[in-house]
Amino acid sequence: MIHSLFLVNASGDIFLEKHWKSVVSRSVCDYFFEAQERATEPENVPPVIPTPHHYLISVLRHRIYFVAVIQSEVPPLFVIEFLHRVVDTFQDYFGVCTEAAIKDNVVVVYELLEEMLDNGFPLATESNILKELIKPPTILRTMVNTITGSTNVGEQLPTGQLSVVPWRRTGVKYTNNEAYFDVVEEIDAIIDKSGSTITAEIQGVIDACVKLTGMPDLTLSFMNPRLLDDVSFHPCVRFKRWEAERILSFIPPDGNFRLLSYHVSSQNLVAIPVYVKHNITFREGSSQGRFDLTLGPKQTMGKAVESVLVSSQLPRGVLNANLNPSQGTYTFDPVTKMLSWDVGKINPQKLPSLKGTMSLQAGASKPDENPSINIQFKIQQMAISGCTQAGQTL
Amino acid sequence: MSASSAFNDEKGGSSSVGEPEYGHDPASGGIFSSDYKRHDDLKEMLDSNKDSLKLEAMKRIVAMIARGKNASDLFPAVVKNVACKNIEVKKLVYVYLVRYAEEQQDLALLSISTFQRGLKDPNQLIRASALRVLSSIRVTIIVPIMMLAIKEAASDMSPYVRKTAAHAIPKLYSLDPEQKDQLIEVIEKLLADKTTLVAGSVVMAFEEVCPERIDLIHKNYRKLCNLLIDVEEWGQVVIINMLTRYARTQFLNPNMNESLLEEGSGGDRTFYGSDEDEDEDEEEKEKKAETPAMAKRKPYVMDPDHRLLLRNTKPLLQSRNAAVVMAVAQLYFHLAPKAEVGVIAKALVRLLRSHSEVQYVVLQNVATMTIKRRGMFEPYLKSFYIRSTDPTQIKVLKLEVLTNLANETNISTILREFQTYIKSMDKDFVAATIQAIGRCATNIGEVRDTCLNGLVQLLSNRDELVVAESVVVIKKLLQMQPEKHSDIIKHMAKLTDNIQVPMARASILWLIGEYCEHVPKIAPDVLRKMAKSFTNEEDIVKLQIINLAAKLYLTNSKQTKLLTQYVLNLAKYDQNYDIRDRARFIRQLIVPTEKSGALSKYAKKLFLALKPAPVLESPFKDRDHFQLGSLSHLLNAKAGGYQELPDWPEAAPDPSVRNVEVPEWTKCSSREKRKEKKVEKPFYSDSEGESGPTESADSESDSASGSESGSGSEESASRSESEESEDGSESEEEEEEEEEEKEKKKKKKELKKPVQESESEQSSEEEERKHQRKTKQRKSDSESESDEDEESESESSQSESEESESEAEVKKKKKAAESKPPSKPVKKESKKEKKEMSLLDLDDFEPAPSPQVTPVNTFLSNSLVTDLEGLSLSDTVLSPATIAPSSALKNYELLHRITGEGLSVEYCFSRQPFSPDANMVAVQMQFTNNATADTKNLHIEDVKLQSGMRVKEFSEIELLPAGETATAVMGIDFCDSTQAANFQLCTHTRKFFVSIQPPVGELMRPVFLTENEFKKEQGQLMGMNEITEKLTLDMKCRNEHTIVQRVTTAANLSRVPCGSDKECRFAGRTVSSSSLVLVTVATKEEGAAQLTVNCEKMVIGTMLVKDILLALTQ
Repeated sequence: MIHSLFLVNASGDIFLEKHWKSVVSRSVCDYFFEAQERATEPENVPPVIPTPHHYLISVLRHRIYFVAVIQSEVPPLFVIEFLHRVVDTFQDYFGVCTEAAIKDNVVVVYELLEEMLDNGFPLATESNILKELIKPPTILRTMVNTITGSTNVGEQLPTGQLSVVPWRRTGVKYTNNEAYFDVVEEIDAIIDKSGSTITAEIQGVIDACVKLTGMPDLTLSFMNPRLLDDVSFHPCVRFKRWEAERILSFIPPDGNFRLLSYHVSSQNLVAIPVYVKHNITFREGSSQGRFDLTLGPKQTMGKAVESVLVSSQLPRGVLNANLNPSQGTYTFDPVTKMLSWDVGKINPQKLPSLKGTMSLQAGASKPDENPSINIQFKIQQMAISGCTQAGQTL
Repeated sequence: MSASSAFNDEKGGSSSVGEPEYGHDPASGGIFSSDYKRHDDLKEMLDSNKDSLKLEAMKRIVAMIARGKNASDLFPAVVKNVACKNIEVKKLVYVYLVRYAEEQQDLALLSISTFQRGLKDPNQLIRASALRVLSSIRVTIIVPIMMLAIKEAASDMSPYVRKTAAHAIPKLYSLDPEQKDQLIEVIEKLLADKTTLVAGSVVMAFEEVCPERIDLIHKNYRKLCNLLIDVEEWGQVVIINMLTRYARTQFLNPNMNESLLEEGSGGDRTFYGSDEDEDEDEEEKEKKAETPAMAKRKPYVMDPDHRLLLRNTKPLLQSRNAAVVMAVAQLYFHLAPKAEVGVIAKALVRLLRSHSEVQYVVLQNVATMTIKRRGMFEPYLKSFYIRSTDPTQIKVLKLEVLTNLANETNISTILREFQTYIKSMDKDFVAATIQAIGRCATNIGEVRDTCLNGLVQLLSNRDELVVAESVVVIKKLLQMQPEKHSDIIKHMAKLTDNIQVPMARASILWLIGEYCEHVPKIAPDVLRKMAKSFTNEEDIVKLQIINLAAKLYLTNSKQTKLLTQYVLNLAKYDQNYDIRDRARFIRQLIVPTEKSGALSKYAKKLFLALKPAPVLESPFKDRDHFQLGSLSHLLNAKAGGYQELPDWPEAAPDPSVRNVEVPEWTKCSSREKRKEKKVEKPFYSDSEGESGPTESADSESDSASGSESGSGSEESASRSESEESEDGSESEEEEEEEEEEKEKKKKKKELKKPVQESESEQSSEEEERKHQRKTKQRKSDSESESDEDEESESESSQSESEESESEAEVKKKKKAAESKPPSKPVKKESKKEKKEMSLLDLDDFEPAPSPQVTPVNTFLSNSLVTDLEGLSLSDTVLSPATIAPSSALKNYELLHRITGEGLSVEYCFSRQPFSPDANMVAVQMQFTNNATADTKNLHIEDVKLQSGMRVKEFSEIELLPAGETATAVMGIDFCDSTQAANFQLCTHTRKFFVSIQPPVGELMRPVFLTENEFKKEQGQLMGMNEITEKLTLDMKCRNEHTIVQRVTTAANLSRVPCGSDKECRFAGRTVSSSSLVLVTVATKEEGAAQLTVNCEKMVIGTMLVKDILLALTQ
């Protein structure tokens, strides 16, 4: 299975290597660097690169390439999924998964990798078990450790690995028992020039934070479970019960976890809560272009649209943009030609707009296409799919 | 220098490991002294007594390893700390050890003993981690140690340790592939494991070591299917992939009727409608298997096991793990009937929301699927629309899928979508879109013209890449119907002035050359222009210019003769040899000279032959011969270790191989019944349930067999009873016993249920069989309870009638035995007869022959009450007369009369199954009170045992009057070792320290095997598990009979029927772990013989060889 792992940063340095079988020379990464050079964008590096003796499977997260070396047939998704799990674990442990964080905690990282794979086959990937084995570093603990010389490695043995619910720690105790569920929904929509929706999909997740003593068995029911026809669950959820009664029944892991994610496909009509009026023109021959963008809310059921961020990749010919936002701030990166506008909250009375001119490269022909615009926004306390939770019991 | 280096080191190790220390790298620093210095410093820290210093040092070393720096010269210093108490230090030492052991093999051996100690630790987690590290050290010398450790761990109590053992298997295999055979044995054993923890790991080991041994899966197939959902996600992926391959070899193609039907016709509904009714006749199924040709016409019926697999994997489509979803998707794609494959589409589409790497892989697979099963993804067309934020590689793949999905109904929307894409800034993507339009145009006739027009419009695009790509695609399209499109060709001819992309220029030139008859005026002009710029063109364009010249020369030689000559001359002196070659070749071919051969006559035919239009097809076509989701599929090339997905078999192999084995003797009689049963409710048979239903299905025959075995002993009992008349005291005793029995039976009844349950957990079938027999017997006991006061004879007759159901062979023997007149046979012979019978299957119940006359029966009545109801009395009767001295049970002294102050205790191994606990050896004790006073309250106290051993004490004997004798039975679980069990024997006044040490032969119980089974099992216990000794037989024991007697005396084994009289075979299982023990004695001339013992437990084997050797030679 997974032979070795190399961590490569954005500038192409290997800053960490780990081998689970015999050592593979880091020169194997040269093939990866070659592919990286060929790819114009960092995300265009092919995830699977064959080399004469090995196969390199890589993922890119947080501007770090995690390059796994494989020697024989293995489902590529298996490796990719595992690498993402590694990143998630690092994030869970260190808060961020950056080169600096990994370098600072290299010993913990090494211990984690050692536990997560045995001979290239995943061993313990549940964060509950890992945390029992290796305690995440906190400032306090680091200090205590340096003073007392005690360790990060858990004294007790990972009994969780032996239990029937391998995702849950044993012997959990809380004085305040609480459980939180966050429903987060994202819409992905493609809207054409004229403003009509071509496709829109809703991707939702329910993230939970459960701090309950002992071995709680929770059930969660929904008002309109039929909405959730395409779901994927955390392994703790009992499939059968869901199939039969549309009730989520589970023994939760301790702490934060993603209970389920669902997908409401494009068949259902989705009302996009925001609209954009745009007018971007370039004139042939002149070195000027006009840029006019207005945002407005629509069907938000009275809820405020917050944290709005507009970004657009402008054509290569644009040298600079001289714009005037009615609210928020904008930045334009002349190298990547990326325009981003941090709008903030949309006030329905006074719609935010961004107007101004763009200066084009002299003599360059008129860009033949209008740029596409991406908008990110948040609406608190509203699920676009209309998914509501009916109740939960312990 | 040294000071600064020390400082830097400190910093490098502790705080920020990333940047520092480059200065000290020997390569960059170049000063070796500083390098040594640094390591000296680390060594010192490692040698210190403080854990914190050691930890600090280890952390710095690990940081060095992480950055790929060489730290191997610290090896001796680090290895010393392998036994360190501090857990973190220990773990880091392990990390170091695993990394460098390969390079420092000799030194690494120093650490081995620590792990060997760890393997014996009572804590399962420590055992597991010791095994894990031990097996990770890649040192060839320790292969035997690893092998032993793995074998040991494979039968460990803890599933976690067994899981680790499964992980260790591929490690050992990669270290020494010659261990394969032995490893396969371990894998086979672990495959039978019923815990979810082990399942994934062992299948992974199976895939790495012996993926070709598909036969190992048969027995475990249903269990794996049922456990699947509870296995951890990584294991699920491996199991599902393996089961896909398995199913391909074992089941029939569910779509085999498909070929007869028109695709998409409504007919297939009805075909699959029959999937659900599984209660088809077994016979019919078999018939179908025999004649696949017939099957084609018959409605296809899915094997229930096939259905089981599909049903149990389906919920996993909702796993959060993309790899699991993909694995299930490929399973459905490869195995499911066409109508059911659709369920995977939704799940795969959901994965498109995941990370881009996941999308990449999923889209590759979707692309392959859409070629075969387009309809499946059509409803999700919009999910494959391209987002501006997608990376290019994802966009291209999505285009591929969209193109595959395009058909007459949705082409207009797709084309509209494509039009937007062409405006994208990503030029690679635009090029791919144009290609896609071209493919849509070729696939769907209706839109060909629209597409062509659209592409022609693109010819005036400002971006040259777009134009070039369009030209290439248009060229391909035009080739299909050139007549209609001469104006397009003209238009393109004009483009030659502007367009610079070589591929496009070459395409235009080829087009003009090919269709020069459609554009007779323009073509020579183009050639003229091209001749002018010939020297500046790219090679590919030059070749096309030559081509064009040649074609024009053939069709229009008047106008172009000179031009052609000119071009050929230019080409003659070109730098590229290809072009020079081509020029020479064409000149010979087209320009007639005296020397020119026959070919030039045909030049026109050669050049202007009608060329078939190129087929624009997906690069994903035919990729589905690789298993989807595999690396090989992704690369479209076979990766190392890829297992081909086999084609469906013509006829289904025997489905009964997946039946979990039931005792041999019930097989025949109950086969039909069981099959019916199986067909009726196959789906709920999870592994534990598995043995359940089968058992219940077999219950009838089982009870027959049970009573049969019972009847054997009963019969002998009754016979012996009638043989010898008994005195009155005996019958008194009998009545007392019956009282006791009643009570006990009540208890037993209560007990029965749990026993049966525990039964299903028994891993070995052998044992299961045994248990069944036992419980069944108990059952029959309880049945007979009602007519307790009836004569035992009537019972035996009843059992005889039941027996008639049983296997013919057994019956024959039985009959023979029964036909023996109950009145006084030759004693010796009757014994022999009985013996033979018992060798078949009844060993357990062979009444314990004991030299003790009176006391034994009391004991027996106590101990065997449950097993041998109604016949307990008989033993006494039997024993003194019939027993040949050699087969007598050996008595051992536990307490001598003198030390015991009048109380003497002897014990023997009664060879009866100890009913309260099957894993215990029954020890029969006989207490004799030789003193003048009564002894009271005889009981056991203060048992001291080796770990793992257990004792079931006998119930207290309240009173033993002076001069009297009493017996009791206790059970000891020796854990298959010959360690003594120490305890105190207490009376009301005194305590005596005593110990019972079993001879190895008593640690086993006989099992019945057929000759074939024996050979098969023996074949699996080769190598280290086989011990062979040559011996010279004792003068007295050169006949078969005595050999059998001596061996069975030495060890509690049963004889295996054997064709040859030169060989005697015996089989048994150890009582605790049920490891098979096989003994073969092959005799040769003049008393020479060879003794072979095959046993999984090598220690037992060795000791047994010694004992049997002794028995046979003395």
